[in-house]
Amino acid sequence: MSSRDLILARVRAAVADAPEAAEVSRDYLTSHTADDPAAVLDLLHENLADYRALVHRTRPAGLPALIARLLAQRGATQVLAPMGLPAPWLARAAATRIDDRETSTAQELDAVDSVVTGCAVAIAETGTIVLDGGADQGRRRITLVPDHHICVVRAPDQVVASVPQALPRLDPARPLTWISGPSATSDIELDRVEGVHGPRTLEVVLLEG
Amino acid sequence: MSGTYLGMPSFPEAAGKAVRDETLRGNLRHATHTIRDKRAKAVSELVDWPGLREAGKQIKDRTLRHLDDYLVQLEKSVTAAGGTVHWAADADEANRIVAELVKATGEREVVKVKSMATQEIGLNEALEAEGITAYETDLAELIVQLGEDRPSHILVPAIHRNRGEIREIFARTMSEWGRPAPEGLTDAPAELAEAARLHLREKFLRAKVGISGANFMVAETGTLVVVESEGNGRMCLTLPETLISVVGIEKTVPTWQDLEVFLQTLPRSSTAERMNPYTSTWTGTTEADGPKNFHLVLLDNGRTATLADEVGRQALRCIRCSACLNVCPVYERAGGHAYGSVYPGPIGAILSPQLRGMESEIDASLPYASSLCGACYDVCPVAIDIPEVLVHLRERAAGRGGRGHRLEKAAMKAAGWVLNHPAVLAAGEKVASKTRGLHPKRLPGASAWTDSRDLPELPPEPFRDWWKKNRT
Repeated sequence: MSSRDLILARVRAAVADAPEAAEVSRDYLTSHTADDPAAVLDLLHENLADYRALVHRTRPAGLPALIARLLAQRGATQVLAPMGLPAPWLARAAATRIDDRETSTAQELDAVDSVVTGCAVAIAETGTIVLDGGADQGRRRITLVPDHHICVVRAPDQVVASVPQALPRLDPARPLTWISGPSATSDIELDRVEGVHGPRTLEVVLLEG
Repeated sequence: MSGTYLGMPSFPEAAGKAVRDETLRGNLRHATHTIRDKRAKAVSELVDWPGLREAGKQIKDRTLRHLDDYLVQLEKSVTAAGGTVHWAADADEANRIVAELVKATGEREVVKVKSMATQEIGLNEALEAEGITAYETDLAELIVQLGEDRPSHILVPAIHRNRGEIREIFARTMSEWGRPAPEGLTDAPAELAEAARLHLREKFLRAKVGISGANFMVAETGTLVVVESEGNGRMCLTLPETLISVVGIEKTVPTWQDLEVFLQTLPRSSTAERMNPYTSTWTGTTEADGPKNFHLVLLDNGRTATLADEVGRQALRCIRCSACLNVCPVYERAGGHAYGSVYPGPIGAILSPQLRGMESEIDASLPYASSLCGACYDVCPVAIDIPEVLVHLRERAAGRGGRGHRLEKAAMKAAGWVLNHPAVLAAGEKVASKTRGLHPKRLPGASAWTDSRDLPELPPEPFRDWWKKNRT
């Protein structure tokens, strides 16, 4: 008997006499926040900041200058960008644009200062941005290896209140990365320290209108 | 389950030593109290916590009742998405499968995401015997690996170490494994984390094979989920060419929607955060993004035997959040090592004897490693009635009689340790009575759940004192 058949047979024998399980009652809230886009956006801002992300707000006209300033403040000379990143976002940046390519090595990515991406959805109650590998987000590794990540969230379209509202908007067939604040560890006496392996600085730009 | 630590004494013997180790008790007390208070606050933010807890319990129970169907569905979904599924009946088989998969790549080293399942089967040791070096990349696991130590907590395996000890381990051993610790390393947590970053980065960037577990596997879609904080998980899941995930069969959930429950309850219960910094999900392989080869090893190793026990099977609901460890008065004093298993604390006391069977002294004694105070049940996000299972397993341990004389003695000794640990128990009672006026009458938090529950009122003096005055 193969191990597959053995395990399945053991499972069947184990539950043969068990009573039928109850239907799952989804007796919980789908949101804990008032249905008001402005309040939801403020909550996102607050919760992102609470977990040490740096949050900025702007309108489309101000975005190129804001991104240019954030890159300059970091002294970034190279900036990694997904292929589908809207061209105006980096139009004013002084840093050299490096495209996300399949052929680039992890070492090459390690030498880049910053990365700029969009996102698929942002969750206010948990202060989370979710990337799904879309054209303006690129491969998973580009938001992991460089030490500085700037992520642009389009409000209100990409902002939801809660985890139950986020999941139906995401395609499980795509690889997803949920990010809540910068990389952190609590492994030393449960003191939270930001920045271990992922980017130590996460800047989120809330783009309104 | 092959995870019995070699020559492990029974719980009371190991615990007896641990409670006399003041550094250990200090480290543990600080850590468990910190996380305990934070957790209560994170949970109180969700007024529908009781509903989420009940839904989590029901999803897991339903999955377990039809686990055969969901496993077959999962296999089909993962295969359709470009992954390969392997089935392992026990630890040896799982280790053999992983070692062969690694050898087939021609590689001799792997990077690992923290995983209880691979700890449980002793994968690192099995790979070492095949000439393959496994690098642990979670900071706490790294501390344990470099210190030639054993994990003592599900979530924070190095919880028994303080910053001074960690500094010493890094300074002494990092050079034997790769990049040495920076000169003049202090014990500041930020500096220690930076040392780990530098030490591990060279390994991540050259790794060709990654090994992980998973927090959840979605049968409907074939999606695996890993929840973490540091980004070491993302490194191992995306940079290598080959990814091998070893996952217990009970980690299955039926649908994508089910994640909405656990992605709310797991982070708040474990690290007391609204959400952990990084969650990765992947479904098979993705063109031009991440590993080109994905293998899923489905692990039984005692889980189907646990499933067969009508009272004990609820232990398989466990999502490994470790909230029960942090509230347990026995764990806080005895420490994780005393449980002789990778699963310490209240959940370990019911999981280990079921996964491994109760033939050894340590496993026969574990159901007694509890005062049955019930705090573990109260905090459990999937409502595992740990005290109920403990009592049930005590019956099984006691029923072993005859041949099990030696085991019976171990069990009785354990019962004695917990029930009759006068120094610990009496001291606690005295302090509680003296500070009676200061105790809150209600649990903190503003949710409906805490509002409707009162804390028991403390008596004016401990029963022991009253007895002494009035009856002796």
